Amino acid sequence: MSRKKSKLGVFGRYVFLVIVGIVTLLPLVWLFFATFKTNTEIFGSNSLLPSHFSFDSYIKGWQGSGQFTYGRFLLNSFLLTVPTVLFTIVSAISVGYGFARFNFRGKKVLKILLISTLMLPNAILIVPRYILFTELGWNNTYLTFYIPALLGCYPFFTYQMMQYFRGLPKELDEAARIDGCNSFSLLTKILLPLCKPAVCAVGLLQFIWIWNDYFNVNIYINSVSKYPVALGLRMSLDSQAAIDWSPILAMSLTAIIPCVVLFFAGQRYFVEGIASTGIKD
Amino acid sequence: MTKRSKSTTLVKKRKRNYDNKGLLFIAPWLLGFLALQLYPMLSSLYYSFTDYSMGTDINWVGIKNYIDIFTRDPYFFQSVKVTLIYVVVAVPLKLAFALFIAVILNQKLKGINFFRAAFYIPSILAGSISIAILWKALFIKDGFINNLLGNVGIDPISWYGTPGMALFTICILTMWQFGSSMILFLAGLQQIPYNLTEAAQIDGAGKVRIFFKVTLPMLTPTIFFNVIMQTINAFQEYTSAAIITHGGPVYGTYLYGLKLYEEAFSNWRMGYACALSWILFIVILLFTIIMFATSKKWVYYEDGGVFDV
Repeated sequence: MSRKKSKLGVFGRYVFLVIVGIVTLLPLVWLFFATFKTNTEIFGSNSLLPSHFSFDSYIKGWQGSGQFTYGRFLLNSFLLTVPTVLFTIVSAISVGYGFARFNFRGKKVLKILLISTLMLPNAILIVPRYILFTELGWNNTYLTFYIPALLGCYPFFTYQMMQYFRGLPKELDEAARIDGCNSFSLLTKILLPLCKPAVCAVGLLQFIWIWNDYFNVNIYINSVSKYPVALGLRMSLDSQAAIDWSPILAMSLTAIIPCVVLFFAGQRYFVEGIASTGIKD
Repeated sequence: MTKRSKSTTLVKKRKRNYDNKGLLFIAPWLLGFLALQLYPMLSSLYYSFTDYSMGTDINWVGIKNYIDIFTRDPYFFQSVKVTLIYVVVAVPLKLAFALFIAVILNQKLKGINFFRAAFYIPSILAGSISIAILWKALFIKDGFINNLLGNVGIDPISWYGTPGMALFTICILTMWQFGSSMILFLAGLQQIPYNLTEAAQIDGAGKVRIFFKVTLPMLTPTIFFNVIMQTINAFQEYTSAAIITHGGPVYGTYLYGLKLYEEAFSNWRMGYACALSWILFIVILLFTIIMFATSKKWVYYEDGGVFDV
């Protein structure tokens, strides 16, 4: 009797999960098929599948502003995102290692400061930073992203690396020092190779955050030639009185494809990475 | 008392072992903290007492900006109201749903990886303009959602037509991105020792009771972390309101983040915007302090704290 009941329970759970899964994925599935539809089909019919697959919306959407195509916007997004990600990784490793493995003066206070900045709202920084970057002449360049990354201003990732380093056994350090490693070679030769999962997690998450960022690029970047894809989309959306949906949806999908590909390539790291933050091991 | 004396001897011991090379490794962050976090915060406080707008002289005006915000700004209280509704509706619903799904996924089911990925994808795209555009298209008057509802005989709903519905539709978008909270809950659930629930089971506790008396208390650190982070983010929400509804209709989705952005980067009233951002900061700070202060009463710590210092 109880066995039957639990089997029914498992079945019920699956049904529930499948329904939630469909509801969760339906918007993205709709987006995928909508990019092959014409405008009248997008809003006229309620069939998910297009009557025939047409790539017109991609060809039309790709044109962008006329002067700059989405090829340029996508390239800009890579130029903005990839160095920012690399700088984030380097600073997170360095700072995380420093906090995890050394006993320096004022460490406790500094660590509390680092952790407090996890909760520091970006909204408080955005206006004064804009003024500062204007004075420094950095606005409308990607330095507005590179420099904060290089200086560890994404505390989430620094914290994540720190926690990962703390999880590595200290015996490694002692053995390495006996073998003649200094603090730097201990990091590069012994600890870093073990950090691959954490580094991947930081890199992937930061890539997706920066790639998808709209708020910050909207403030700092203002010439069309430097627009990342997020601003290209905003421009396409704004430039028409009546929105021509199918090209915009096609480009919206194109814009998130790198993130979706990375997600599937590195799914393991995402789950491990996000699970390792905020929860001590 | 004994604890204190113990820790002082520890400090004494450590003093001999200071290795200031560590400062070298954290130097980038130290510089970043001072130049790109602390300095902007303090300069923002200063600007908030001035009439600074981009390119003009800076004049000290005392607390005029703050007085104007509270007495003369026609949309300040509207944006506060809308933001509070958004935070109070979207965050608890999102977290409750995330927790619910995590509990179901935590039972040894086959295919859990597939479901986990499916539920997680929307949250990695969170905040992207593509998703905001998608939402705008889905919920448009003759859009897919209304077509679906039409199939089951429900009249088209004007999702963006009234202030309340528009805000609700943005809340749905936030809830749709429950995946990352769910992953955190799932990780928290997996850390609960099996023998605890087993012991409760042997003692004759039912599933519901085990959940409320064992699982939930053990999960409070994760809940605490999620509530803090999600609330702080929600207070600053910008992209959805900016792209989907432009704050409308009749300022029904005029979130605080949007108001702040417009004062600073459309009206170029930097001093005023800084005052707005300090008000937001103080609200978030108070919220965080209250959460931490009350956490001793409701968050169960096995050792140390959530933020492991």
